[in-house]
Amino acid sequence: MSSQFKYWEPYIGPFDPCKPIRVKSYSTPPQLYMNFQPAGLKQFTPKQALMHGTLWPQLYSPYPDPKKGGTKHA
Amino acid sequence: MFYYEKKLQYPVRVSTCNPMLAKFLIEQYGGADGELAAALRYMNQRYSIPDKVIGLLNDIAMEEFSHLEMIATMIYKLTKDATPEMMKAAGLGDHYSVHDNALFYHNSSGVPWTAAYIQAKGDPIADLYEDIAAEEKARATYQWIIDLSDDPDLNDGLKFLREREIIHSLRFREAVEILKEEQGKKKFY
Repeated sequence: MSSQFKYWEPYIGPFDPCKPIRVKSYSTPPQLYMNFQPAGLKQFTPKQALMHGTLWPQLYSPYPDPKKGGTKHA
Repeated sequence: MFYYEKKLQYPVRVSTCNPMLAKFLIEQYGGADGELAAALRYMNQRYSIPDKVIGLLNDIAMEEFSHLEMIATMIYKLTKDATPEMMKAAGLGDHYSVHDNALFYHNSSGVPWTAAYIQAKGDPIADLYEDIAAEEKARATYQWIIDLSDDPDLNDGLKFLREREIIHSLRFREAVEILKEEQGKKKFY
């Protein structure tokens, strides 16, 4: 599966007033990469699906970024 | 057509991490008397103004774009490293909920820029008087922002911008004098 966040390193000026954020990120959720949804994708159990907001694990998009301390649904 | 020079008209330095100043500065970015309104106003009015003063409106419009770029740089420097918590503490929580840390053309209360802020009456005296008033209002806005800011480096840039408003106002007043003609002349019929 494609990564759900991309990272980039912005220019840090020598006279920036605030403590720099060295790595910035943006969302690249799964619908970007699927084009048309294929038939027969793996499915969550009905209970899991209700909790995730989708029937298909491949379309689930966690937020905030789990790498930045966001929590993943069980 | 435009030639772009990749430097600012006057250097922009910000010495203290105080994102709240960005909230005040954005008035000059997308506010009624801000640099965007000024640049677009003059660049549009120049078409229908008498030939003698077209060049003046053109040149001032170009300078206003340079000022817009300076203001954008100040706002960007103050907000680019601000976390959501810092944005909230600076009174920019409502901005963050819509724009993240992006800049946007709105005033310090979040009202988006509108063309209703500017006018083109076609009457040269009416247009130039509007332009003079706009310069004085922008000068006053710079004063109030300087009063709110305690960053000496930032204020240095703001004082430069305030001074330019004074000069622009005088140039527009001179344009009115040019269009009035006849003054100080003995006219015989």
